[in-house]
Amino acid sequence: MIPLSHYLILGAILFSIAVVGVFLNRKNLVILLMAIELMLLAVNLNFVAFAHYLGDISGQVFVFFVLTVAAAESAIGLAILVVVFRNRRTINVEDLDTLKG
Amino acid sequence: MEFKQFIFYFFAAVLVFAATMVITVKNPVKAALFLVLAFFNAAGLWLLLQAEFLAIVLVLVYVGAVMVLFLFVVMMLDINIARLREGFTRYLPLGGAVAVLLAAEMALVLGSGRFGLERVPEPAGLAADASNTRALGRLLYTTYAYPFELAALVLLVAIIAAIVLTLRRRKDTKYQDPGRQVRVERSERVRLVKMPAEKKS
Amino acid sequence: MFGLEMKTVYLLIPLSCLAGALIAGLLGWKIGRAASHTAAILGVAGAFVLSAFVVLPDVLAGHTYDGAVYTWGVSGGVPLEIGFLIDPLSALMMTVVTFVSLMVHIYTVGYMRDDPGYQRFFSYIALFTFSMLMLVMANNFLQLFFGWEAVGLMSYLLIGFWFTRASATHAQLKAFIVNRVGDFGFILGVAAVYLYFGTLDYTPVFAIAPQLAGKTAQIIPGVDWSVLTLVCILLFIGAMGKSAQVPLHVWLPDSMEGPTPISALIHAATMVTAGVFMVARMSPLYELSETALSVVLVIGAITALFMAFVGIVQNDIKRVVAYSTLSQLGYMMVALGASAYAAGIFHLMTHAFFKALLFLAAGSVIIALHHEQDMRKMGGLKDYMPWTFLTAWAGSLALVGIPPFAGFFSKDMIIEAVHASQLPGSGFAYVAVLSGVFVTALYTFRMLFMTFYGKPRMDEHARSHLKESPWVVTVPLVLLALPSVVIGFLTVEPLLFGGYFGAALKVLPGHDVLARLGQDYHGWGPFVAHGLQSAPFLLAVGGIGLAWLLYYRYPQLPEELSRKFRLPYTILVRKYGFDEFNDTVFAGGARRFGGLLWRIGDVKLIDGLAVNGTARVIGWVATVVRHVQSGYVYHYAFAMILGLFLLITVFLYR
Repeated sequence: MIPLSHYLILGAILFSIAVVGVFLNRKNLVILLMAIELMLLAVNLNFVAFAHYLGDISGQVFVFFVLTVAAAESAIGLAILVVVFRNRRTINVEDLDTLKG
Repeated sequence: MEFKQFIFYFFAAVLVFAATMVITVKNPVKAALFLVLAFFNAAGLWLLLQAEFLAIVLVLVYVGAVMVLFLFVVMMLDINIARLREGFTRYLPLGGAVAVLLAAEMALVLGSGRFGLERVPEPAGLAADASNTRALGRLLYTTYAYPFELAALVLLVAIIAAIVLTLRRRKDTKYQDPGRQVRVERSERVRLVKMPAEKKS
Repeated sequence: MFGLEMKTVYLLIPLSCLAGALIAGLLGWKIGRAASHTAAILGVAGAFVLSAFVVLPDVLAGHTYDGAVYTWGVSGGVPLEIGFLIDPLSALMMTVVTFVSLMVHIYTVGYMRDDPGYQRFFSYIALFTFSMLMLVMANNFLQLFFGWEAVGLMSYLLIGFWFTRASATHAQLKAFIVNRVGDFGFILGVAAVYLYFGTLDYTPVFAIAPQLAGKTAQIIPGVDWSVLTLVCILLFIGAMGKSAQVPLHVWLPDSMEGPTPISALIHAATMVTAGVFMVARMSPLYELSETALSVVLVIGAITALFMAFVGIVQNDIKRVVAYSTLSQLGYMMVALGASAYAAGIFHLMTHAFFKALLFLAAGSVIIALHHEQDMRKMGGLKDYMPWTFLTAWAGSLALVGIPPFAGFFSKDMIIEAVHASQLPGSGFAYVAVLSGVFVTALYTFRMLFMTFYGKPRMDEHARSHLKESPWVVTVPLVLLALPSVVIGFLTVEPLLFGGYFGAALKVLPGHDVLARLGQDYHGWGPFVAHGLQSAPFLLAVGGIGLAWLLYYRYPQLPEELSRKFRLPYTILVRKYGFDEFNDTVFAGGARRFGGLLWRIGDVKLIDGLAVNGTARVIGWVATVVRHVQSGYVYHYAFAMILGLFLLITVFLYR
């Protein structure tokens, strides 16, 4: 018997790892995007767990939407990344400071 | 430890390991591959939670499409990895401490005191012929019909945006413009020049 | 009369003046000079005829009127009305005002003949007459205040009539501002009336007043003021401004910058007496406050004596008359303060005639000398201007108080009344008014001798053009000289002892000095005979004699005296330094205070702190806060973690 809390704590750990990922790979845009995917995964895991334990399938519908938006986001994010690299020859976040006064 | 628990802990352990590797490995290609591993394990956990459709979708969409996209991009770009990892070790202690603190706090909140089996009991298993896909589909096409349409629109926008962003016209490539070809008029094709028939000597 | 209701007549009186003013003012440019002055004169003449021959007899027959004719607004349940209170007091005032105004209108035709602002001038004086009539006919404080302000405005406009002269605009501003000080007290008084009486109409206010006699109010915490004293003194501050009592008198001498008819009409006969009229009208209030009466008495006495002194050293002929006016207004105030309201109003009336006459005579001289006002450049005019000369004599004798001229009766009555008064300050006031008689005689005859006697001191060119003024000037002079001579003995008995005023003036039995005088009064003949042996007459003759010595017999003496008594002479020439004091303390203080506000309040606080300070604070906050928006994702991630951390901590340890 696996209690709900286990899933939730797993999601929390996953989320923390993703946050640290953002924190540590502060320059690599690709890894940043991946860390965001991890965060979304953690959230999705929570949704699915709640949906199962509370017997409400609406939670899974939300996961579905989150997946959709995440897919769109990563597609656009990667597209932007490609354009950035094409123009600047780098994806180092620290070099992307054109908008900074 | 019954089998279900074993499977949970196994998947969970691999998931945490894979996630850690995603953020720590040097090579982005490896990171992407570890992310694929993490998704597979998550899909396994979802199966355990009887969310079969979503588990399949996760594998198909994420692993099959999104992660491949990641790999493409990573391989396409010529990235100076060494520079990108500057400061990694410097921030590791702080980052690690924050992460541990955060995880511990969240664990405290989400611990068995609030979400234990006593509070949220394990639901009874579904019938053998119960279809998760059907149930999801029914809900999606009735109650969530409009959000579903919106999601489709979001995807469409994403497709167009991605194409528009990455589309590139090379200056040195020659194109044909059929529209202009069809619209052309006589005056543009023939130029009448007036000049004396012969030069004066 | 003529099938008209009296209410219509009352309305017609001010409105005919207003109509004249509007025609002359709005259409004057089109209809021309003659039509303009005809309109204005007809308006005022109509008002005079109605006042003197319809209203006055009607009032004498015992009919009074008190009521609203038009409610122009209701605010918070208070009706704001135009209403008339027609009783012997207002009827008398209306007659005097319209008569003097009519004389001045006619005189102006000659005096302002060549002035480019001819129509404007007629419009102003007709409008002034309208305002003054509204003031005296009012039956409520609001209308009184309206008239009060309206005459102030007209005075302002007319003093600055020749607005291209810097001195005129300066004088008009001075008059306006000094009057504002008085009006501030006045409007506070009106507000206090409404606060404590709950109404602005005279009749209920006067009816309620005795009930409030013991009531006190704390204006300064811990100090109890009698409500009635407070109201009366506040109103009197207004009267001090309008009637030019010390220390708010400074504007009146300067107002002589205006054309002479204005000086005669506004600054001698009518407007400046508004304060006197107001105090008399408020007699039911003043009677209940001995403190207020004493204040009136003392202020009046100071004005009467000390302003007369200044008159001795003035060289401008109009200024002499102006200081004389100040002094005479002081006499009126003294009469009011001694509860001899009837005597005050009586003196107001006689003064209106002879002072207007003196002003107009001075104006006649000024025209003849081509707007020369300095008496040192006059002299010997008696041969050139017989009519002016004669009427000036009549006016002077009336002013000095030689029987049987009008001034004798009114002034003697005042002196006797003060003598009989028991109020605190009446002893000082008696000495002041008595010595004032001597001084009055001195400066009046100094003026008369310097102007009309002795060797002509004007230049050849001016002398060759000397001639008597035209009939439009001399006729009003004669018409004013007649009442100056006869009005005294004709009216002294009914006005003072015959109960003419009836209920219009209220005097408590304990204060009623006139009643005490009335016991010794046996007709004007014996009164004159008695007056010939009394101190005022002897003092007046003494003053005339001294003037004759100094300015006729030995004209070089005054020069020497002024050298010998340098200090008092300087003090008088400087007019006791009121102007300097006001300039340094009030004007200078206000300027310094303004400068302080400008430098500290405006530049430092508002511009520096509020405006630039706000900008600087925003800039500073932005400099600090913009570090938050670093643009680095990991900063945001860190902020997110921090927020999450805090939220969870709160959630855990709630």
